[in-house]
Parts: sequence; C-alpha cells; structure tokens
Amino acid sequence: MLAKANKLLNGPQTMGKGPAFWTGFVVVVLGAVAYPAFADGWTVGNTVYFFNWIFMALGLSLIWGYGGALSFGQTAFFGLAGYGYGILTLNFGSNYGFTLLAVVIAVAVAALFAAVLGYFLFFGRISGVFLGIVTLSVTLVFERLMAQTAGPEWRVGTARLNGFNGMTGMPPLTVPWFDGDIVLFPDVQLYYVILALLVVVYLGLRILVNSRFGNVLVAIRENQERAEMLGYDVRKYQLTAFIIGSSLAGLSGVLYTSWGQYITPSSMGLTAAALPVVWVAVGGRRDLTATLVGTFAVLSVFQTLTIYGSQYALVVMGALLVVVVLFAPDGLIPGIAGLSRRLRGSR
Amino acid sequence: MEILSALFAFLYQVGDALAFLVLSACGLAIIFGMMGVINLAHGEFIMCGAYVTVYAVRAGLPLPLAIACGTLAAGVVGILLELLVVRHLYSRPLDTIVATWGISLIATQGVLILLGSTMRGVGTPLSSFTFGAYSYSQYRLVLMAAAVIVLVALYLIFNKTRFGVHARATIQVPHMAEALGVNTRLIYCLTFGLGAALAGLTGGLYAPTMTMVPTMGASFIMEAFVTVVVGGADVFLGTAPAAMVLGVIKAAMTSWQGQLAGQISMLIAVIIVIRVLPSGISGWILRERG
Repeated sequence: MLAKANKLLNGPQTMGKGPAFWTGFVVVVLGAVAYPAFADGWTVGNTVYFFNWIFMALGLSLIWGYGGALSFGQTAFFGLAGYGYGILTLNFGSNYGFTLLAVVIAVAVAALFAAVLGYFLFFGRISGVFLGIVTLSVTLVFERLMAQTAGPEWRVGTARLNGFNGMTGMPPLTVPWFDGDIVLFPDVQLYYVILALLVVVYLGLRILVNSRFGNVLVAIRENQERAEMLGYDVRKYQLTAFIIGSSLAGLSGVLYTSWGQYITPSSMGLTAAALPVVWVAVGGRRDLTATLVGTFAVLSVFQTLTIYGSQYALVVMGALLVVVVLFAPDGLIPGIAGLSRRLRGSR
Repeated sequence: MEILSALFAFLYQVGDALAFLVLSACGLAIIFGMMGVINLAHGEFIMCGAYVTVYAVRAGLPLPLAIACGTLAAGVVGILLELLVVRHLYSRPLDTIVATWGISLIATQGVLILLGSTMRGVGTPLSSFTFGAYSYSQYRLVLMAAAVIVLVALYLIFNKTRFGVHARATIQVPHMAEALGVNTRLIYCLTFGLGAALAGLTGGLYAPTMTMVPTMGASFIMEAFVTVVVGGADVFLGTAPAAMVLGVIKAAMTSWQGQLAGQISMLIAVIIVIRVLPSGISGWILRERG
C-alpha cells in the first residue's frame, strides 16, 4: 500500500521525495491542522483567503511550468466561476446544500469555457507568446464587460451584476447536516474544509504530473517537435492541462467569492491577472511544492506590505518579478535548493 | 444626401478605429517582428509619452513639439530598459513577457504614487466640422493622417536607410549580419527604442483626447495585442491589413451595438483568425507568395 502510494506520488517531475520530505509534509499538515487552536478567528479566516488563491497558482504551474504554455488569462476563469457562483446562489438560495452544487456547476462552466478557448488556441497551434496575449485579452474584455453592467437591466434572474462595484450578498458555502445546515463562514470550519481540499488537490496533481500524462506534458515543454515525432498528439495534452489548470482557477474564483461574499470586475483586470504569474514565477513554476510554498509566502509578504506601505506593495511585486526572472529563472525555491546543494558539494 | 451622410459617418468611424489600431500596435509590432519579444510594458510607454506631452504643453510648448518630447522620452526610457533588462532575456522569449509585465506593474503603480491618481489633461485642439447630419472632430482626422504618415515613415526607414538595411539583415540571419560587421546588439537596442518611441508618439497624439490616469496604457494594449496577433510578425504586410480588417469589424459593431460589442467582436475575430491563420495575415501572405 505504502509502496504503491510512493510510486504514484513520487517521480521525476516533483522535487520533494524520500522519507525526509514526506515526514516534513506530514509535520506541516499536522501543524496546519493544529494551527486554529493557537490563532484567533480573523487570522484563521485570513489564512483561508491565502489558501483560496493557491488553487489558481497550482493550476498555472501545471499549464505553464509543466506544459510550457504561458497563460496570462487565468483570472478570466477565476472571474467566470466567481460570477457563476454568485448568479446561481443568488437565484436559488443556499438550501439543501445547493451551494456545493453551485460550486460544481460554476467550475464546470469555467472548464467548458477553457475547453472552447483552448480548442481554438491549441488546435490553431498558437506559439507560446501569442497564447499569453490572447488569454490576457480575454480576461481584459471580461473585465470591461462586467464593469459596464451597472444598470438595472443587467441582471440574471434576480441577481444584479452591479457593474464596477461587483456582486455582493451571495451566501457562503453550506454543508447540509442532520440537524440543520452548517454554514461555513470564514472561520475554523471553512479552514478545515479548504485545507482538506488543498491537500487533496496537491496530492492529486502530484499523481497527475508523475503519471504518463505528466511525463508527456514535460516532454512537450522540453521539445514540442520531438514529442510530436514520438507520436504524441501535442494539442490534446496541452488542451487537457489547460482545462485542468483553468478549472482550478475557477475553483479559486468560487472559493474567493463564497469566502468574502463578493466579486468585482477588477479581479479580472490587468493587475489581478499579473499576480498569479508573480506567485508562480517567484516560487518556482516547474514544481508543485515550490509553487505552493512560494504562493503562500508571496501572498503573506504582499499582505504585510499592503498593511504597512499600501501603495508600494505592487511596486515591490513588480520588482520582485523582474529580479527573479533575471537572476533565478526557475524561481526562488529551486534556486535556493540548487545553491545549497552546490555549497554542500563544494565543501 | 442621407445615404452619403451615413456613409461618411461610417467611413469616419472606420478611419478612427484604423488610426487607433495602427498607432497603438505599430510600436509593439516592430519590437515583436524584429526580436520576437512581446513587450507587455507597451501600454506604459504610451502612458509615458502621454504624460510627458501634457507636462510639456503645460510648460508652454506648442502641442506638436510637446508630442515630439513625449516620443523622445519614451524612446530614451525604452533604450534604458533594453540595456538593463530585456537584453539579458533574448534567449528566453516567455521570460521577457514576464519581466516586461513586472516593469509595467512598477511603472503604473510608481506613477500613481508620484503623480496621483489623475491629472488635468489638455483640451482637444482644433475645432469640429459638419458633414451631412453629424459633426466631427478635426483632430480625429489629424490622427488618421498621423497613422498613415507613421506607416510611410516606417517603410522608408526600413527600406531606404542604412539602419533599416542592417535591421532587416539582423532579423533574417543574425549571425551572418554580425559576421558582416553589423553591430546586432546595437540594432536590437535601437529597434527596441524605436518601438518605445512609437508608443510614446501614440500616447502624445492621444493625450488630448483621453483622461490622464496611470492605467491609461491598459486601454490601448488589448487593441495593440489583437492587431499584432492577427497581423503576424511583419509590420507592413501584417499590422496595416490587420488594422484594416479589425477596424471595419470594430466600427461596424460599435455603431450597431456600442463600444463593448466592438471590442468583443474584435476578440472573437482574433480567436477565429488564429485558428485559420496561425502565423497571422503576414505569415499567410508570405506563404502564398513564396
């Protein structure tokens, strides 16, 4: 059983392996489980906020780091699913656990849109640079579309879209239970749900990238022509990775919307679209663990900066991105790992 | 007369869209066509040109001279950026996009911190004229003329000057050009500067017609991207025809359903075009010809 899990979870496409890494993993998860006991409700809710974004970062890591296709428009799927969740729950309420169904539907809508867009992009054999531009244009158009929906005529059922101010008032996630629904406000209960989801998604992606699919995906990143000559349909692999990654962006959007009970068009704007790229590039896009840790770290730093020097935070983010790209192209975490290995080797 | 008036209104709209697309895209297209680099800070070069122009006008310069200042300033900033950042990333095109995006974040937020969230602009110069039932802005005609002049000037630069010959040699076979004594690094640097200067020119030209906010570059880049994607790598065979096609689509949809419909229809047109012609119009023309 353990040997089988070991074979599924570890492989050439992920950095962390061996007993030391997995012991560390278990310790971190246990620490995360114990964490709410030592923190107040607000901090726990804030940690959930960080967790919400990590799904989108992991999805981008899959598309960009593993598949070699740089998508700038992940926020389009984020926004689409977020608005989808808002429209569904404002129309049908939250009884009988409908919010959970709404999550599934909203993510499915994002996945469907990714499939259609991805079909045109990958089957049109769009090269790397153009892919980024087109996806970025899509998210910018979404932002403009939603920003001008201020009038009362812009409504879906009973849900007003509210233009630039965004949608508000959608219910948080609820779990139907025997003695009444459990409402998951951004507090300890929601924390455990999202933590569990995060662990499942992380392990699932690890299995995926270490499977045959992941190996082919990396082969395409390394040399697309060679992969094609070996008989793989490059387009299908890239499209699949794009759909999975975009669904994760959609999941982030839904969780964000239900967490704060609002979503605005600026979550699909130029700045918002840049942030996932910063997290993934800074942490290390070619490894899931590096992306996860890096995203969490950058988010915490960003929030601290926003509190102490609000307007400089974005400047620092931009500078961080430029410096990382210039001096540590694989990201900080693999960079540090490589450096320490070299130091140990030289001694 | 009624029909003539409607026709003129439509042509004016097409011309206006065309000018906007050509001017916002040409700087991006030159940098992309020459070096395969997509400059995501393009919008911020436009913003830089616009801000410098407005400052120069406030300092008492006449508008054309002020626009020249804006162009020059953006060009200088472009050259500096090439030397500091872009130069080190030519072997990694995807990373160039990411790095220029970082620069774009710094520039937008930096201007917001230094100069505030909005700034008084300059009024639109020239007056308006009437044709048929509607009245039109004369300055828009100047912008259309400017788009044509820019295209002609670029054609002359790339075909008649020494720099142009060296630049074209550098795109075709870089190491051969180098072997023949062309300083390819200098050519890349100057080309990047030229692209940035064109963005600055666009900013200067449109400064009187827009509200001056640090994020004003964002209102250009989607159009610029779309035109470059449809056009492909060649400025003359790609950008101009692409702007023509998209300009008609945008003008038709805008006058029918409003501005947003114009943008959405352009985006849909792009997605369909790249499915049919993956290397853009210029790639298609070159393949047909060769």
